Amino acid sequence: MSILIDEKTRVIVQGITGRDGSFHARSMVADGTDIVGGVTPGKGGQKLDDIPVYNTVADCMKQSGVDASVIFVPARFASAAIREAADAGVPLIICITEGLPVVEMVSNYHYVQRRGLRLIGPNCPGLISPGKCKIGIMPARIHKPGSVGVISRSGTLTYEVVYNLTTSGYGQSTCIGIGGDPVIGSSFTDMLELFEQDPDTDSVIVIGEIGGEDEEAAAEFIKHKMSKPVVGFISGRTAPPGKRMGHAGAIISGGKGTPDAKIKAFNAAGVPVADKPDQIPTLLRKQTGR
Amino acid sequence: MKIHEYQAKELFASYDIPVQDQAVMTEAGEARAAADKLGGFVVVKAQVLVGGRGKAGGVKLARSADEAVDAARTILGLTIGDLPVEKVMIAPAVDIKKEYYMGLTLDRARKQLILMVSKAGGVDIEELAVERPEEILRFHINPLDGIDETGLEACLSQAFETPRLLEQAGDVVRKMYKLTIEKDCSLVEINPYALVDDDTLLALDAKVNFDDNALYKHADIEAMKNPEEYSQDEIDAKTANLSFVSMDGEIGCIVNGAGLAMATMDIIKLYGGTPANFLDVGGSSNPEKVLSALQIITRNPKVKAILINIFGGITRCDDIANGILMAMKQTDIKLPMVIRLIGTNEKEGRALLMDAGFEVAEELSAAVEKVVSVA
Repeated sequence: MSILIDEKTRVIVQGITGRDGSFHARSMVADGTDIVGGVTPGKGGQKLDDIPVYNTVADCMKQSGVDASVIFVPARFASAAIREAADAGVPLIICITEGLPVVEMVSNYHYVQRRGLRLIGPNCPGLISPGKCKIGIMPARIHKPGSVGVISRSGTLTYEVVYNLTTSGYGQSTCIGIGGDPVIGSSFTDMLELFEQDPDTDSVIVIGEIGGEDEEAAAEFIKHKMSKPVVGFISGRTAPPGKRMGHAGAIISGGKGTPDAKIKAFNAAGVPVADKPDQIPTLLRKQTGR
Repeated sequence: MKIHEYQAKELFASYDIPVQDQAVMTEAGEARAAADKLGGFVVVKAQVLVGGRGKAGGVKLARSADEAVDAARTILGLTIGDLPVEKVMIAPAVDIKKEYYMGLTLDRARKQLILMVSKAGGVDIEELAVERPEEILRFHINPLDGIDETGLEACLSQAFETPRLLEQAGDVVRKMYKLTIEKDCSLVEINPYALVDDDTLLALDAKVNFDDNALYKHADIEAMKNPEEYSQDEIDAKTANLSFVSMDGEIGCIVNGAGLAMATMDIIKLYGGTPANFLDVGGSSNPEKVLSALQIITRNPKVKAILINIFGGITRCDDIANGILMAMKQTDIKLPMVIRLIGTNEKEGRALLMDAGFEVAEELSAAVEKVVSVA
């Protein structure tokens, strides 16, 4: 098993005819994902390889059942794309696009939430259940099926961690990049809850970074509600306060979001924190005994 | 993006948030006419994009036009938090009866906007939040619903005691909210929001920050940008579409992805080195970006060695390799360089670099250890 997505997940791609959308749609198909359609306004009726393109998400859903939509449209159209998917009732919406204004995202968050749907991202690499389904932009070949869950706020750092897990013999149930923005659809805690319930996940890696207090909230959850072992990593220990470190969300401001507070919170929850990614498998071995 | 106090007050004025008349100048001599026009007894304030102006001597009272010129001259000679003062603002001095704080910003955890109000205005709100958090009133706004007027009144009435003050404060909050939504502000702050006679509240200071991601929507805001907010390297990096932050260490870093770039800096520190910068080349595979990144890093005289760390996903290692080779041809880089390539097209990338005589590492820890030893 895995969380959120598996071999049965039917996926559509919003922005499928764009440069990024078409490239990654093909890559997802190559990695075994069931892409049932794509959406680009004004290009309905066309095809990308064998994938039918529709004008709207609603049109697409008249033709096929849809479990998830992945969004590749440019930032200025991304909020409209998220809301279109939400209006059509797509249960899982993944927004890869980066650069969405925060005020828009605050509204988008509640818009999706009120319809009882789930949003992942924006500004994220997506998610993968290795060997079953990939919805996103990560290189599938560094992954391998297994029982470790991975949750991260970043992209390539996640690849680095997954690479270390795979080469040390730890396969993954599902790996999720929740996104590097200050306001994102799903938090560490939301994902930890799903991993705790998933019978095929036996441990979880949480890859956090400076900024915000989502890691602290995750630590609280782990302390009180989680039975499975967790290993942590926090990037940005050398980042100066007040500077945005690439990700819009990675900023220490107003004395909040410091790496020390996050590491302390993790440790207090019994979560060891690795100093560097290649220590994660060793810490995991200590925690799980396997 | 940050703007100066005087710019924020101009913006406030355009939203009908009550502010004083003001004059802005770069030459001390201009202070005379301005002080005369504003009533003689004035306050002269440094316009710099950092906090702590008062403590640094950047705010002075002047009782005459002569004093105003002297104050302006002194303040224009100051450097506050690394930034030389290039502009001063002059406004009428007022008799402050009481100071409040009002700030509207994002509550990341609740995913709503949060209004913070305090009767203990004029002080550093961050200190207040730590030392006397009970003195800050909080009120949340969900932009999908707009302001809950009943809730807002309940909040403000705990700070503003008379109906006349309550009405003014409510009006200002609605305008701060309008400004935040319309211009994508990440912070709108009035500190102090001051009672200047028995029943008039004025924004005596103003701080407005904007969401960089939303600047494409607001040409008027973008036009207010101050070049001194960023170092020359940061500006050049932005032009080249690189995400860059200057640090003061010795190892220049080029990494793809922000999380990995931060982690790479952390590991350099762990091995006893110091990072000279944060640099994320982003997800694309454009060799030109690597060239620009190397040019920016190598002109920093403190840099003693360079670490390139690429985990190829969308980024192709062979494109990165080509960028490095291009840079070696176009610029004379004498600094030791440690390259770590892994992921998409790593074999091709490694082959290109090894043919040109470079060593290419596979593991991150080994690469960092190496670069620290040669720096």
